[in-house]
Amino acid sequence: MSWNLTNDRPIYLQIVERIQMAIVSGAYQPGDKLPSVRELAAKASVNPNTMQKALSELETGGLVYTQRTSGRFITEDRELIASTRRRLAREEFHTFVRQMKGLGYTPEDIAQLTRQLLEEGMKIDE
Amino acid sequence: MSELLTCQNLSKRFGSKYALSDVSLTLGRGQIIGLLGPNGSGKTTLIKLINGLLVPTEGWLTVNGLTPGVETKRQIAYLPERTYLNRWMKVRDILKFFSTFYDNFNTGRALQMLDDLGIDPQESLKTMSKGTKEKVQLILVMSRDVELYILDEPIGGVDPAARDYILRTILSNYNPNSSILLSTHLIADIENVLDDVIFLQDGQISLHATVDEIRAREGKSVDELFREVFRC
Repeated sequence: MSWNLTNDRPIYLQIVERIQMAIVSGAYQPGDKLPSVRELAAKASVNPNTMQKALSELETGGLVYTQRTSGRFITEDRELIASTRRRLAREEFHTFVRQMKGLGYTPEDIAQLTRQLLEEGMKIDE
Repeated sequence: MSELLTCQNLSKRFGSKYALSDVSLTLGRGQIIGLLGPNGSGKTTLIKLINGLLVPTEGWLTVNGLTPGVETKRQIAYLPERTYLNRWMKVRDILKFFSTFYDNFNTGRALQMLDDLGIDPQESLKTMSKGTKEKVQLILVMSRDVELYILDEPIGGVDPAARDYILRTILSNYNPNSSILLSTHLIADIENVLDDVIFLQDGQISLHATVDEIRAREGKSVDELFREVFRC
């Protein structure tokens, strides 16, 4: 279905990650209003209680806040969004390094390969 | 508010065989619960007990604090595994029948859902395919405003696109005071919409947990866990 959730991890965690990603990438802008729990749940084809749990989790982290009467909004704290981006980048990098190590690459090899590929002008998303 | 459904040491025996033994269970409001188990594990027996179609051999159960009877039947919308509608009836006539019979039947919602699925209310059941008949019956059940929906194998015979529509319908008609109990074999298709799952094994509850608890604890989907637990 629409959000491509995987089967082996808790659903609410995957939703938290999806929305974090949307905030960090700018798909959701600071101060944007989020759709209602029900709408988001229907869009993601997940249980509304699960969506609620994911949004509460994001609220605890500060990326999302609730205004009593008018709904949920994306934080306007740009520093928090920037630090979230740095944290996600580090996590991605760790995953990448772990896989490269599995291929037998040392940190020096990885650094060298990265430079070489960038010089050759490899497009990252290809 | 009280629990929606309470079962206490519930058993049902047919002859010398226990179809259900010593089941204790409470279900709250605003939840979608999957009742899962292999054939013959007691799913339908439990569902029939809740609907007052069978009487417990031992133990008891209440729906909204009431023993199953006329009042609880009013508060439960039940989709049985087999059809009970007359083949010669047109969908339009069945809608009339339902709105006369049930004071909580919402004809407008039923017509909207029929339209969404491209079903003509003038058509009669006998000219419909198996899947379309199943859709009609599910629409009838979901068009009632009740506190407990019980669906016995609701999506088995319909195609994946209609299955998605049905799940979305269930989610968007979600009412925080109502719960849905559904039995199915098609776990992978529905596990994202479930709050809780109940595994029935040889007439007993072997697991009652939330989907995310299972994934966090086992590192696998409910579907995979089911295949492991019930490996033949």
